[in-house]
Amino acid sequence: MRRLTDVGALREAYDLVIVGAGPAGMAAAVEAAGQDRAVLVLDENPGPGGQIYRAIGTAPLRDPRVLGAAYWEGAALADAFAAAEVDYLPGATVWHLDDALEIGVSAGARSAVLPARRVILATGALERPMPLRGWTLPGVMSVGAGQALLKAQGIAPTGRVVLAGCGPLLWLYAAQCIAAGAAPSLILETTPRANWRGALRHLPAFLATPYARKGLALMARVRRHLRVVPHVAALAIDAEDGALRVTWAEGTAFTADHVLLHQGVVPTLNLARAAGCAIAWDEGNACFAPVTDAWGTASLPGIAVAGDGAGIAGAEAAALRGRLTALEALRALGVLDEAGRDARAAPHRAALARWSRGRAFLDALYRPAPHFCAAPPDAMACRCEEVTGAALRDAARMGATGPNQLKAFLRCGMGPCQGRMCGPTITETIAQERGIHPREVGYMRLRTPAKPITLGEFAALRKTEADRRAVERR
Amino acid sequence: MFRRLPEPPARRIGFSLDGVAVQGAEGDTVAAALLALGRTACRETAVSGAPRGPYCMMGVCFDCLVVIDGLGNRQGCLVPLREGMVVETQHGRRDAAR
Repeated sequence: MRRLTDVGALREAYDLVIVGAGPAGMAAAVEAAGQDRAVLVLDENPGPGGQIYRAIGTAPLRDPRVLGAAYWEGAALADAFAAAEVDYLPGATVWHLDDALEIGVSAGARSAVLPARRVILATGALERPMPLRGWTLPGVMSVGAGQALLKAQGIAPTGRVVLAGCGPLLWLYAAQCIAAGAAPSLILETTPRANWRGALRHLPAFLATPYARKGLALMARVRRHLRVVPHVAALAIDAEDGALRVTWAEGTAFTADHVLLHQGVVPTLNLARAAGCAIAWDEGNACFAPVTDAWGTASLPGIAVAGDGAGIAGAEAAALRGRLTALEALRALGVLDEAGRDARAAPHRAALARWSRGRAFLDALYRPAPHFCAAPPDAMACRCEEVTGAALRDAARMGATGPNQLKAFLRCGMGPCQGRMCGPTITETIAQERGIHPREVGYMRLRTPAKPITLGEFAALRKTEADRRAVERR
Repeated sequence: MFRRLPEPPARRIGFSLDGVAVQGAEGDTVAAALLALGRTACRETAVSGAPRGPYCMMGVCFDCLVVIDGLGNRQGCLVPLREGMVVETQHGRRDAAR
């Protein structure tokens, strides 16, 4: 891979642009490389790996037992990516994509706009927001944030640490902290007891997978080291004498130095939506996801979505889905015919089927409780614009029935994070208030710029004579 | 508080935080260095002035916004720490003119 340091080093145009260098993006790049087509990988982080393999190659915790085998397995893919004949620009934020496949990218406070013939969005997932009273207080962060610190910097929270929520990542992070000698104090587990009803029928398929045994062993290890409170149905955090008081049932509270929240992950929708790709409700993952076909192709020609960004399935599946989107891109770019594409895809499809087994059980079991997805009146729903659950509910009752109307009423979703931290919450809160399914509420409109850039950077973009003529008065 | 786990210590990186000379470590982002220094809040919100600190550490939440080398609204979790950097707490709108 040719590592670029600024947008000035980019070519004028690329055959294939891949956004994201996690498992899906790296695998897509590896698959598409070496075919005499210009391939570019843009990624926001300082190094490849995405979230799951964050800082692979530079992680300071060298004892492989701490982060675990599933993390270190990413090294092989990162090595293959490093050897692939592609351009790679780290520290690059893609702020624009449209149906003409023009890409706006910023790096080092300079932007460029360049055309692509195919685009693969491998922008991954983000943690589903968990809007509680007090979740904006300093000292409260997501479990994913804690894990990012552990992987990239070898930093762990100390003192009284509470993990609250549900999902495999919460247990994995607890186990990693224990292995690092920094065990948390308490887990407040929010999986509703009733989830077992829906999950049970998927249990046999899950038990036949290799990760069932690993997962159960990991949970047992965690339980030996710290207290786990199951079926927590209410949660709130208050600042108290420089600490955080976590309350989870009437009169039951714990004073903590850190609270880390998590309730699963959802696809990052911003770029796909800003480009105009269709999304649809995914009942299995309980979230909206881009509409894609078996090759990851989205509703707009030339754009594909790979990995968890197209629906949550995990790192191994993400890499395989990255390869499939790359093979379809190679077909569209005239490198492969359909038969050649299908032949190369066959082993990846077989592996994908293997990795998808047991997923339905995890989805059903760790489906977050609806009352933790909607914002209670006293919680901040939109963290950027500081819009509370009460404000959302009042506006919904007054007739602002959808996320776009709520934006106009309250500015929720219009701050710098562009709805990343509140989009799901707003949909769920409206659904709860109106007594309808989130699918019927829909998701807020997302537009360019998908991430904020300065006006100066925008104004400094290279302009053609036609651009100038389009806005100049004569 | 946070602690760096006992590993071979990374090379120290000197930078300035609100005018005070401090140190982070190689491999830190600005947000990670601030947390390791015990700074759980790094900005005040534009609307109410409430203190905030990094929430997601992956470029999503914009709660780690800081002023870096004079430029505001930088996502501290995405910017690698460099020797001699000048980092400042980002104040809310009501203090922007000062």
